[in-house]
Amino acid sequence: MTMGSIKDGFVAQIRIITRHKFGIFGASIILFFGFVGLFAPLLAPHDIWETLYTPEGRIAMLRPPSFDFPMGTTMMGRDILSQMIYATRTTVLIGLTAGLISILIGANIGLISGYYGGKLDEFFMRFTDIIYGMPFLPFLIVLIALFGRSIWFVILAICCIVWRTSARVIRAQTMAIRQRQFIQAARARGCSDLRIIYGHILPNIMPLLLLYTAFNIAWSVLAEAGASFLGFSDPNNLSWGGMLYELWISGKIRTAWWWFTWPSVSIVLLVSSLVFISRAYEEVANPRLKQR
Amino acid sequence: MLLEIENLRTHYQTEKGTVKAVDGVSFSIDEDEVFGLAGESGCGKTTLIRTIMRLLPNSARVLADRLSFRGQDLLRLPDREYREEILWKEISLVPQSAMASLNPVQRVGAQVVEAIEAHSSMSRKEASKRTEQLFEFVGLQAGLTRSYPHEFSGGMRQRALIAMSLALNPSLIIMDEPTTGLDVLVQERILRKLAEIRTQVKKKKAILLITHDISVIAEMSDRIGIMYAGRMMESSSALDIFNEPFHPYTLGLKNAFPTIKAPDKKLISIPGSPPNLIEDMKGCVFSPRCPFAIPECDAERPEFREVKPRHFAACIRSDHVEEFRQRAGDKETWTFSKSKG
Repeated sequence: MTMGSIKDGFVAQIRIITRHKFGIFGASIILFFGFVGLFAPLLAPHDIWETLYTPEGRIAMLRPPSFDFPMGTTMMGRDILSQMIYATRTTVLIGLTAGLISILIGANIGLISGYYGGKLDEFFMRFTDIIYGMPFLPFLIVLIALFGRSIWFVILAICCIVWRTSARVIRAQTMAIRQRQFIQAARARGCSDLRIIYGHILPNIMPLLLLYTAFNIAWSVLAEAGASFLGFSDPNNLSWGGMLYELWISGKIRTAWWWFTWPSVSIVLLVSSLVFISRAYEEVANPRLKQR
Repeated sequence: MLLEIENLRTHYQTEKGTVKAVDGVSFSIDEDEVFGLAGESGCGKTTLIRTIMRLLPNSARVLADRLSFRGQDLLRLPDREYREEILWKEISLVPQSAMASLNPVQRVGAQVVEAIEAHSSMSRKEASKRTEQLFEFVGLQAGLTRSYPHEFSGGMRQRALIAMSLALNPSLIIMDEPTTGLDVLVQERILRKLAEIRTQVKKKKAILLITHDISVIAEMSDRIGIMYAGRMMESSSALDIFNEPFHPYTLGLKNAFPTIKAPDKKLISIPGSPPNLIEDMKGCVFSPRCPFAIPECDAERPEFREVKPRHFAACIRSDHVEEFRQRAGDKETWTFSKSKG
């Protein structure tokens, strides 16, 4: 691929997303969170574990949003704004890493399985069936019990589970594309299997692939939030779910509305933004949706 | 001889039984010759191409007394060497249905470049340049290499595929229905381009032209083979096939096409339909539809023999051909066979 065609492809992707108000909305939210996560150390006013004091010298405990503490403080007098900024970084990192790795696994298994068929397909698809039988939380709990709490095990657990749906869908689409005449023609002019899979089939399933990338990232964010809310995440890397966990164990969930609001709204915003973007791609993958 | 095929059989193993898609086909193509292969849909033309190009599914079994290219035995040549030495460098393909044979999300030029790169050591830049030359050669502007297939008309796509087939200057081009689905004027232009290419290129080029369109075959070919139900029925020079056909099937085909000399003549079709290729046919495959069939026709498979110098036909009654030719133009002859079948 030349530089020009990469640029064209990029511009085309932007156009797909910005064709809808929802797409623009989703993209801006994601860019915003990405920006916050990337520059977290520069943006956060306080250390996230630092106990803050009021001018009178008392611990600033459970303060609602005010000029001094824009998002309020926690039970231990920690700044929620700073926690939110760092938690964005953790959540986006886990969501992106797990989402991208899982689509990488799912797409490759789907492509290879769908293209070669036969025994290889049988093997991969039965393996996928087994993964379908694996529940996420118990799997994560076992991992953590064995190896200790770390965001990498959360990412690993998410990756091991999320790829299954994308693998099945991409396999089905690959099987449909494989039968098309231009694949036969490519084989006739001597293209290797790898060239056909990655040079001819992959570009043709791109809209579907991007749709599932967005889905997988969204699923990863949700899974991470759920896991850390239950306390199965890395306590050193605070995430939105982790903040909710802290709130829960502090026992102040009925009174400290601000402590509850920011992380939960952020989770909903990020996940729905990803879904909005995937909807924009869904129209490319399935043009019939456009007519409605 | 460039390509020699003797008694080629390609059978598909299916759950219902063995489908004899190609069952004993013999012909040869000279360098610089256009061999036209005609036959109705499902007679095994496409399987024949796939056999030569090695594009068969795993369920296929290929047997032949001889399948050679320039004296080299293709049956024994390993896939790898075939891909490296023969495919596209010596034998290239213009695939069926130009509309569907180009990848919709890849630039047309890039697909030609891909063919060049797969078979030569040319750099990307040289390959792009060659592609532009090829485009101009087939009558497309060089700038069109950067277009996508959907921006092309049917005729333009066909030209692009012809350009692709010429990429490595092969000595044999197989054209699978190159004009099907194009309107008559575009067909004419494509055919003229093909003729032009043959005169302009220094290296001799043979073409295996496969179509069900008798008029295209008649216009382009030096020699013609007529296929039916996986077997070769008759083959000879183009003139002989039309003027002195030996096989009743050829006679029937001729009836089914209008001629310019007698435009008012009613067309006569051959009654019945081709046999199921799973069934074992002991005798001649055409006998159930043949008005001149006698019991002996079903007894033994007719030999594909030389009835005149370089004119072959698979009919045991070819000594009665004068009578056949007289009666074939008569509509009654063909309705009779229907009631019989």
